[in-house]
Amino acid sequence: MPTICLTAAYSITASVNPPRATFVDLPLGNTAGRPHDPEFQRDLLRRAFAAAEAMDEPGTITDLGVAWDGDGSWKRFATSTGVGTGDGRDDRNQRLDTPQYQYESDRLAAGG
Amino acid sequence: MRVPWHHWTVDASTPVDYIALTRAQYDELGYPPYQWAERPDTPPWTPLRAPLAESKVALIGSGGAYLSGQVAFHWKDDTGIRRIPTSEPATDIRVTHFAYDLVPAREDANIVFPVDRLRELVDEGVIGGLAPTAIGCMGGIYSARRTVEELAPAIVAEVLAMRDAGEADVALLVPV
Repeated sequence: MPTICLTAAYSITASVNPPRATFVDLPLGNTAGRPHDPEFQRDLLRRAFAAAEAMDEPGTITDLGVAWDGDGSWKRFATSTGVGTGDGRDDRNQRLDTPQYQYESDRLAAGG
Repeated sequence: MRVPWHHWTVDASTPVDYIALTRAQYDELGYPPYQWAERPDTPPWTPLRAPLAESKVALIGSGGAYLSGQVAFHWKDDTGIRRIPTSEPATDIRVTHFAYDLVPAREDANIVFPVDRLRELVDEGVIGGLAPTAIGCMGGIYSARRTVEELAPAIVAEVLAMRDAGEADVALLVPV
């Protein structure tokens, strides 16, 4: 079955080496586009589908040419997890082993 | 960890190198380097059998999407999947994950699980259809073994069943 991967992490994708990948130069956590910007999101996906159709070489990663903003300054603050304090502490989230609901109402809706 | 401009990207137009960035963070914390998956061999290749405008797309997202009413993922190698009807609006999608900033995706789940956008692209004719069920998972699995033995086979089984039922021709993977 043919597959298409989006990615915002170029070097990781190059290492994993899927058959078809389309790269977006966006901050982690925004792989399918800027929030609250449906046309940006649709444009991203249109580019991704067009790029995937044009591929004929396994392991291709095509840069879709989308940009978060005008100057790329967000990259100065890129972290391995998208959050961080910069003071050398391990500020990664704890890997909790119970369901982590977005809302308390989700917990109740799930019977938790 | 905030890093100086020149370490992780050469300039504004160069992709951030998250492998190098994570290696440095782990070094600084005194942890051994994270072992990223490396697959240097040529990946398997299945050609598209038809133009995408005539193809049904199955969405798979690893950003921890679940439907309101489903049990949320936990964050310690949760290899479960969630079946999410693609008729549901993104406002009913929830996300949970430990390894990315959830704030934007919790405002607009489409940015990690683009269901609304894919339905619109069906209407536009860019893709031929959207599989009625999408798959959500929480891709922050530190155990490569459990990913290979538990999570990946579960996803593959779901997607191949969709294919066999005529519901999907191509899989779109949206990682975070």
